[in-house]
Amino acid sequence: MIEVRNVSKIFYPPEPIQALNDVSCKIEPGEVVVIIGPSGSGKSTLLRCLNRLEYADAGHILIEGIEVLDPKTNINKVRTEVGMVFQSFNLFPHKTVVQNVMLAQRVVRKRSKEAARDKAMSLLDKVGIKEKANVYPDQLSGGQQQRVAIARALAMDPKVMLFDEPTSALDPEMIGEVLDVMKTLAREGMTMAVVTHEMGFAREVADRVIFMDHGAIVEVGPPEHFFTNPTHERTKLFLSQIL
Amino acid sequence: MGIPTGGSPRRAKGAYFLWVAVFCLLILGTVGSLYYATQKVDYVWRWYRVPQYFFYHESVEIRSELDGEVKAVATDGDQTRITVEGEGKSLGYQVPSKGLRVARGDRIYPGDVLGSFERWRVGILLQGLWVTLKVSLLAIIFGILLGLFAGLARISSNPALKWSAITYIELIRGSPLLVQIFIWYFVLGTVINTLLARQGMQQLPPLWFGVAALAFFAGAYVAEIVRSGIQSIHRGQMEAARSLGMSYPQAMVQVILPQALRRILPPLAGQFISLVKDSSLLGIIAIRELTKATREVVTTSLQPFELWFVCALLYLILTFGLSMFVQYLERRTAAA
Ligand SMILES: Nc1ncnc2c1ncn2[C@@H]1O[C@H](COP(=O)(O)OP(=O)(O)OP(=O)(O)O)[C@@H](O)[C@H]1O
Ligand SMILES: [Mg+2]
Repeated sequence: MIEVRNVSKIFYPPEPIQALNDVSCKIEPGEVVVIIGPSGSGKSTLLRCLNRLEYADAGHILIEGIEVLDPKTNINKVRTEVGMVFQSFNLFPHKTVVQNVMLAQRVVRKRSKEAARDKAMSLLDKVGIKEKANVYPDQLSGGQQQRVAIARALAMDPKVMLFDEPTSALDPEMIGEVLDVMKTLAREGMTMAVVTHEMGFAREVADRVIFMDHGAIVEVGPPEHFFTNPTHERTKLFLSQIL
Repeated sequence: MGIPTGGSPRRAKGAYFLWVAVFCLLILGTVGSLYYATQKVDYVWRWYRVPQYFFYHESVEIRSELDGEVKAVATDGDQTRITVEGEGKSLGYQVPSKGLRVARGDRIYPGDVLGSFERWRVGILLQGLWVTLKVSLLAIIFGILLGLFAGLARISSNPALKWSAITYIELIRGSPLLVQIFIWYFVLGTVINTLLARQGMQQLPPLWFGVAALAFFAGAYVAEIVRSGIQSIHRGQMEAARSLGMSYPQAMVQVILPQALRRILPPLAGQFISLVKDSSLLGIIAIRELTKATREVVTTSLQPFELWFVCALLYLILTFGLSMFVQYLERRTAAA
């Protein structure tokens, strides 16, 4: 599904920062991979390189066999297959909830207004926020906004979903409702890559956990092994701090 | 929460009316002393002479071209048809029945008045106002298009687009509008009109060069307004749109520009208000806009005081109307 081979990324201004250092990993269809690591370890950068929001400097990124780093690749087509959910929701404030979910369907998928609306309403129903279809995002709580953002990404019928700390900007009492939606997705067999600090979620849902530090993957493993019996010192240290 | 005002509310209320009174006195005092000063220099105010430069009554006389005789006078309601025959020819004239001056069988010499009527004409000031309005609106429309394009080019990653935009913006913002108008009219205008003449085509009137000068001038400022408006939108918006598979232009049109527009409108309004005022410079390239029209009227009427005040008032009406319109747009985009 997704194959990352020897990917590196250096940010320049003001001083060179090696955000990704020779990273390789694979995500199989239907798999849920949780990426954890300390702040600045390159988790977001890895996720953003997958759909080319950041352009990796070196290596290969294959999504369904298509090379993302090839400049000739139609990146917009790849992105319709790869849904993304951001820490700060990034809903379109000038559009109502249902219009947020309809917009890309209309513009990119060229669906009819009726088809887009039907799809949007059924997705809003799925994330449990159908009754707010006609309000503007600024009238929603953070948890509600994030669920709309998930519906918006799902509306493109993506094959993979990327989540970059989807609950980090939320008040504690709203984290659960967003995680529930994500768990449902995982149960339905959606391929997912999730950056999160929610270790409970990782334990419950993840097929594999990736630990990153200083732009590199330090350790990969199934959650039961990962949380009970980590091999690397740095993983141990990180887990002791966060758990 | 308002701005803190000193003193208790009750005292503030009494003080408020005191200061309103002071304000009114200031205005009256200024007007009064100006009037007094003009009396001292023996200026005679003749406001009654002003309206004729907006509208005036013109009497039109219809005269015969033939040496002959009135053969027929056929009245049909308001209009009367006169047929004059002479010199072996026959000519028909239409006059309003009320202004009829001849009867059947009258002997007519060339130049004799057959009938007359009166009609309202638009005066020079109103014509000038119309030209100012027309020039400004055209320049605003083209200025928006140019500015939008240049603003987008300015933030493009393509060096050719970006540097062209920077060159354009800096050239325009770094030189006086008056000089730019001269360049458009005396340099580009001469070249273009000479080339057109060589091709046997019609010359472009000065109005076009005036509109071009104003549009390119405003465009450079609009470009900077557009650029900062777009850059004020959080980059997460562009990322969200692109991550859904939208192309850059689609994301711009659907997501970024509608949000930027709200922030762009107020500075844009200021820009267009200065454009209306700047159009007063176009008189120097033979465009008879409001200021030039006023100058002409002043030289014939010899009432400069009244007319320059009227001129300023007319500009005020235009700019006020414009800012009301933009406020209306702001309210509409805020509601959406
Ligand atoms: N656009 C950018 N320009 C410059 N440096 C960047 C940029 N994006 C990220 N970085 C740097 O790259 C490194 C990795 O950042 P990244 O955002 O991937 O970390 P992260 O693991 O997601 O951290 P966090 O948990 O704080 O989100 C950091 O040192 C960061 O400062
Ligand atoms: Mg991050």
